[in-house]
Amino acid sequence: MAEFRLPKNSRIKKGKHFPAAAGVGNIRKYAVYRYDPSSDENPRVDTYDVDMDNCGPMVLDALIKIKNEIDPTLTFRRSCREGICGSCAMNIDGGNSLACTRANEEVKGEVKIYPLPHMPVVKDLVTDLTNFYAQYASIKPWLQSRTPPPPDRERLQSKDDQELINEPAACILCACCSTSCPSYWWNSDRYLGPAALLASYRWLVDSRDDATGERLDELEDPFRLYRCHTIMNCTQTCPKGLNPAQAIAETKKMLVERKY
Amino acid sequence: MTNNGRPLSPHISIYRWPITMTMSILHRATGVAMSLGFVVLAGWLFDAAMGAETYVAMLTYLDTMVGRLLLIGWSFAFFFHLCNGIRHFVWDSGRGFEKTTANASAWIVLLLAIVSTALFWWASS
Repeated sequence: MAEFRLPKNSRIKKGKHFPAAAGVGNIRKYAVYRYDPSSDENPRVDTYDVDMDNCGPMVLDALIKIKNEIDPTLTFRRSCREGICGSCAMNIDGGNSLACTRANEEVKGEVKIYPLPHMPVVKDLVTDLTNFYAQYASIKPWLQSRTPPPPDRERLQSKDDQELINEPAACILCACCSTSCPSYWWNSDRYLGPAALLASYRWLVDSRDDATGERLDELEDPFRLYRCHTIMNCTQTCPKGLNPAQAIAETKKMLVERKY
Repeated sequence: MTNNGRPLSPHISIYRWPITMTMSILHRATGVAMSLGFVVLAGWLFDAAMGAETYVAMLTYLDTMVGRLLLIGWSFAFFFHLCNGIRHFVWDSGRGFEKTTANASAWIVLLLAIVSTALFWWASS
């Protein structure tokens, strides 16, 4: 059921303000969600004044600068800093995106940064993605083939067949889409969410995969697939410009079409 | 889903609503509003069947400020749900999922619903 209020232990308190050093001219305020699991305190929002004249262009640059120069306790995931690992997915300025590909300039006013929405928080901006990964595993994201491959070479695809999986295979599993989806917020225990469904679609349309029927059987469920109500937040927010909503619609179409 | 005592990150209170999300929640809200409106419509027909006096009594209730606002609201709910329903049908065919298209169709539906409601009341006054 839709639970609009946050549980008692999750309500956000006012946090600390870290003012900039005297003489810094070009200041930008960063309001960042903080939660310390080793204390009994509720989460809070700390505000940092960042010297933008000495800061890189991306939100991730600002976060690293805060961690290096202002507050080393700030915790967040990051790795590739070029939008391919998906580690630094978070809620920036009200939308989910990767901190490394989101420019500071794109955000107006104070930069508000929260963890991915409606997820258990491990620490600060780090969320527990166990359920998300389990859902990905549940769609069996590997090739299931019953025919033996040619003895002398790999299984070939036509260019057209390859293009079908091109886009869905570009997903980096950052979880921006699933955690942007209100249906996923209220039903993540039973609804697979856009990321897992996009991954599922990638195998459904793979010309080399022979398990299309079983894959569709698994999805034919009021929750797993059909909790998608085409709210479109997934497609609006995907930092890779992919279209999970369309993949889900195509999957629904496949389920209808196989009946006739 | 268990959280192991971990706090839940904020969601609806911090998320910036895209127009498509607003349309989705409006579609549901107008659906619920229409269900309630049909009770009134049934009462209206029932009173009409009861004869002229009851019908006139009913009309005096509907012809108040509150009554008119409710009727306008229900007519908007009807037109919105109708137009957005067609948008959903197009989606069901696998079309119109590009971000720009979905945003444009959202505004078109909203505009159509408002214009239809205005025309409906203009034509019936």
